[in-house]
Amino acid sequence: MKTFEYTVKDELGIHARPAGILVKRLSSVKSSVTIAVKAKDKSADAKRLMAVMKMAVKQGDTVTVTIDGEDEDAVAPEIEQFFKDNF
Amino acid sequence: MIKGNGRPVYQGVAIGRIYVHTKARDVVNRKCTDIVKELERFEGARESARKELEALYDKTLNEIGEEQAGIIEVQSLFLDDLDYIEGIQDMIRQGSDAAFSVHEIGDAQASAFAALDDEYMKARATDIRDISDRLVRILTGADQGFRMDEPGIIVAEDLTPSETVALDKDKILAFVTRQGSSNSHTAILARVMNIPSLVLTDIDIDPSLNGRIIIVDGFAGNYYIDPDDATMKAMQDKKRSAGEYKASLESYRGRESVTRKGQKVSLFANIGSPDDIRYVIDGDAEGIGLLRSEFLYLGRDDFPTEDELFEAYRKVVEAMEGRKVVIRTLDIGADKKVDYFRLEPEENPALGYRGIRICLTQKDIFRTQLRAIYRASAYGRVAIMFPMIISLKEVEDIKTFCTEVVGELEAEGVRTSPVELGIMIETPAAALTSDILAQHVDFFSVGTNDLTQYTLAIDRQNEKLDGFYDAHHPALMRFLAMIAENAHKAGIWAGICGELAGDLSLTDEFLKMGYDELSVAPSRILELRKNVIESEV
Repeated sequence: MKTFEYTVKDELGIHARPAGILVKRLSSVKSSVTIAVKAKDKSADAKRLMAVMKMAVKQGDTVTVTIDGEDEDAVAPEIEQFFKDNF
Repeated sequence: MIKGNGRPVYQGVAIGRIYVHTKARDVVNRKCTDIVKELERFEGARESARKELEALYDKTLNEIGEEQAGIIEVQSLFLDDLDYIEGIQDMIRQGSDAAFSVHEIGDAQASAFAALDDEYMKARATDIRDISDRLVRILTGADQGFRMDEPGIIVAEDLTPSETVALDKDKILAFVTRQGSSNSHTAILARVMNIPSLVLTDIDIDPSLNGRIIIVDGFAGNYYIDPDDATMKAMQDKKRSAGEYKASLESYRGRESVTRKGQKVSLFANIGSPDDIRYVIDGDAEGIGLLRSEFLYLGRDDFPTEDELFEAYRKVVEAMEGRKVVIRTLDIGADKKVDYFRLEPEENPALGYRGIRICLTQKDIFRTQLRAIYRASAYGRVAIMFPMIISLKEVEDIKTFCTEVVGELEAEGVRTSPVELGIMIETPAAALTSDILAQHVDFFSVGTNDLTQYTLAIDRQNEKLDGFYDAHHPALMRFLAMIAENAHKAGIWAGICGELAGDLSLTDEFLKMGYDELSVAPSRILELRKNVIESEV
């Protein structure tokens, strides 16, 4: 299991379109990916668009991303980079 | 050949193919017998929806802009959402039919979004409903009416304002509805668009009508589906002579509307959106006597911004090139409901929270609108008119508020021009106190539709009452005479902007009463001008 934390910089937070790119990016990942905002006690399966959207992640929120599965070592750094590039 | 009839709302003959416009909301809990096949049907619908959205995305991007296109993109993302898709597939596996499953899961997801404590995400509920409606339409085969590939005739139960907003108006040759009335939204739209239409018809609405030929005779109130050769020939002749009558009116284009004895009257147009400007120009109107603001609020899921309102008003004001444009402030409520206003259901909406009552209560809505109108005033000649007035106190409150708004704009350095402030006389209270009200406003415009409804206590949406309805009732004629007289005593002008203004049998009467302006559907101007020029008054 791999985990990283990331604080959202995008002023709109993770709204519909960014959530869409995230889901698309994760579709080829075999591991399960969970996204959580611990401060708000919310978490969701990051591969499910509506679930991610319902978290309504805002600018400044710190998200904890957990990757768990066979390809976790390979994809975790890529996913972390993806968050930095997009959110 | 199937022959039937209804009430004509605009004269003329139209011949074309039928597009059945049905609503998707009558989704009933149906069971499916073959689960595998139903899952395939759902897959197929998903594919079709995806293709439709791709096309819509391109169209929106080109015609409207990136922001709106982004909304379409989000909707297509939902088509791949696991919670949504798996939820629907699970329901189908348990034996429900695809359309009902989509409807139920869509509703559940939309409600979950609507309950979120985040304005942006809340609004996404509409997107989920929209994509679900699209899938349901595809699955139930009820979507043909919404996209017209070639010009045709729309057959529907009735059309709501928000449904007509979405129609491609260039392609509509006529409307044929089962419900509605002479004053229903569809009828008003038909008159603005200058297309023969029938309401209250006996037509059997069925998807099998799609693509069949129909003739609409807006003179006799008849329609013919799959016409035989003789009928087709007769109707083509009728269409031609109607065209000739219309052509004969062309000699009145560009002429002054003045009677033989020299009495002048301004013939203005009623319109419902900036798109209608072309009908105003075609119709040769001398100004706009009623620009409805409702269109700006319909067919969307949140309030329009000041800039959006301003752009829409400015477009009309500029297009009129210095001719007067009377803008009516928002007249929503009653029969024109909009979800995001969150208006509570009322026992009696016609007597309820509507029109100026909303504006004077929710001042933020009113302020945005007035700021937009005053900003647009710099681009031409603008007058503002307020609906549903019943008292002097309202007029005073409105004027105080307008002064405040103008003051704000001046302080911000925004350019405005002088604007006439007038009121609609459409309640018996306003008519009876018109001598008092006239002291405080720049003009009156009589809204005969509502004035008649309130004076006669007849609901204009209830067709059962049509037999009791008398548009020429003496009570109304007395009111009309009194309103014009009181306006002139106070030195202000008076006009009529209800449907009655276009009643050719009353033109002489209105001229005798001294009305300064008649505002009608743009397509009626030339005919009315002919009547004025030939009048002996």
